[in-house]
Amino acid sequence: MTRPTVDLRPTTQPPLPRQRPITSFLTKPQVIALVAVLLVNWALFPGFFTITWQDGRFFGSLIDVLNRGAPVAILAIGMTMVIATKGVDLSVGAVMAISGATAATLVTNGIPAPTAVLAALATGLLCGLWNGILVTVLEIQPIIATLVLMVAGRGLAQLITEGTIVTFSDPLLIFIGTGSFLGLPMPVVIALVLMVLATLIVRRTALGLLIEAVGVNRSAARFAGLKAGTLLLIVYTFAGFCAAISGLIVAGDIRGADANNAGLWLELDAILAVVIGGTSLMGGRFSIPMAVLGAMIIQAMNTGILISGFSPEFNLVVKSAVIIVILVLQSPLSARLFRRLPGAPK
Amino acid sequence: MSVIKTLALGAGLAGLLLSAAYAEGLQGKVIGFSQIGSESGWRAAETSVTKAEAEARGIDLKFADAQQKQENQIKAIRGFIAQGVDAILVAPVVATGWEEVLTEAKEANIPVVLLDRGIEGPEDLYLTSVASDQVKEGRVAGEFLATTVGDKPCNIVELQGTVGSSPAINRKQGFEEAIAGKANLTITRSQTGDFTRSKGKEVMEGFIKAEDGGKNICAVYAHNDDMAVGAIQAIKDAGLKPGSDILVVSIDAVPDIFAAMVAGEANATVELTPNMAGPAFDALQAYWDAGTAPEKFIITESKLYTPADDPQGEYDRRKGLGY
Repeated sequence: MTRPTVDLRPTTQPPLPRQRPITSFLTKPQVIALVAVLLVNWALFPGFFTITWQDGRFFGSLIDVLNRGAPVAILAIGMTMVIATKGVDLSVGAVMAISGATAATLVTNGIPAPTAVLAALATGLLCGLWNGILVTVLEIQPIIATLVLMVAGRGLAQLITEGTIVTFSDPLLIFIGTGSFLGLPMPVVIALVLMVLATLIVRRTALGLLIEAVGVNRSAARFAGLKAGTLLLIVYTFAGFCAAISGLIVAGDIRGADANNAGLWLELDAILAVVIGGTSLMGGRFSIPMAVLGAMIIQAMNTGILISGFSPEFNLVVKSAVIIVILVLQSPLSARLFRRLPGAPK
Repeated sequence: MSVIKTLALGAGLAGLLLSAAYAEGLQGKVIGFSQIGSESGWRAAETSVTKAEAEARGIDLKFADAQQKQENQIKAIRGFIAQGVDAILVAPVVATGWEEVLTEAKEANIPVVLLDRGIEGPEDLYLTSVASDQVKEGRVAGEFLATTVGDKPCNIVELQGTVGSSPAINRKQGFEEAIAGKANLTITRSQTGDFTRSKGKEVMEGFIKAEDGGKNICAVYAHNDDMAVGAIQAIKDAGLKPGSDILVVSIDAVPDIFAAMVAGEANATVELTPNMAGPAFDALQAYWDAGTAPEKFIITESKLYTPADDPQGEYDRRKGLGY
């Protein structure tokens, strides 16, 4: 059985190198940045890398970085695909609030937790589909189309919760936010599984190539016979789905749905994570694992600031300074400078 | 004994008569209320308490939700003036830009009462303002902690509100004033939790890791209850007991902190009362009856609640207010 999509690869393209040397991964600016941030954290707080086993799970600052970074990492997985199509999804933070509000309100009204979780995921899919329809059918620019839900979505979430923080004690929802599997926090497990699955799906099928094609030139992709509209619908719906998962995690973590604050400004963190991961806002080339790495860099900085003992007035200054350095490292200018160095990777 | 009883009876009767007079005096008055919006549970509670207070007094309350926009508030106030209301309550969303519309109200002879927040501008533009003293809230929390720990050394970690916001600045200042004389009390770490549960939890997690797994922390002071609720979960996740291993003190008195008190996981909260309208109506009543202008700044009580104050009852009482 051959997949028809495979034929879309031009035959003249050289085969992709399957075995890339580990050194080329280690010299990527993102990896260097993450290691640097982690080392700075270690210098500020010597116990940073200490991980202990407590109450049947790993416990330590490094685990905190993974755990706290997971919601943004999951958003970034969906966001990467959207940005690869030259779009952007500003509504994911609001969709998180809607998803959490839906699940929390349902369980507090006596609906079984599995149904509530499915309903929350379904609302995420619906929100994503709505964005996709605005972008494809009505052909509204993505930044405007998703801005609608970014603003209105938080209002929707507040309507669902009636403006209060809906507190719950349902074990399944709490497990999603704070449980552990094989000693790892549940959010980390979910993010890892989602990252591996999404990467396999886009890289082991032609889907990734098709997304890149639409991102580079939507018209050309359509003329080449791609169903660009359907592809965009899928991508935005997937971003909504990822946001719904993040919303469930964040609500489960604090055992309550906070419609005013859940996911607030996280869409910007997710976009930043994708950009740090090297995906261009102009569409085309993208990398899901790198975006997840980007989310971890952001969170490593946040955690570092918390344990460093700096006064909170410095938080944003430190964060922006580090981000500027990372983006400069990634810029074409520094790439040219690196190439001049003897022995640098080509 | 009997004298005291008579006195008490008399006072009770007088109180009854007085409240009856209130009901009589404000009965049928039309009062406009321009609320900021419903950005927090506390504000939702303020709205519902204001409506309840108005209903109890027989006031016809015209309610306008500004959805966090000053222009909507100005429109609402102009609308109230056009309708010829008897008085206007405003919870101003920002401090500046009120001179013009409040002058219009003054020229129409409609008294304005500010709720919860102040404004910059001439004080004769409004009759009075009802607000809490945020510095005092911090001080009450600090004094509670000082008396609770006594002479034992105590390392306190602080969860601040949003950087630069006035409750964060004032509640920090009041708390620091209260513990200033105590050499055994020191704030070892202080970070912002943005007034939210999830940030409160995340910051507390960081503090616990950085302070030897929480062993060096004796108490956490949170600028609001939501961050305290988040911190309580972080303390539990670290295998410690909130309320005993680490004392938990916060401000606002929202229902969920009373639920935590019932579970023995919180030690005290200072109330930011949602009842700003009650004193405002009382001031209007006195103004209309006696013609005396009330004092310019009416400060609400900053009441301390501990697990000894029937937390279950407080929880039930507040749950319906929209927090």
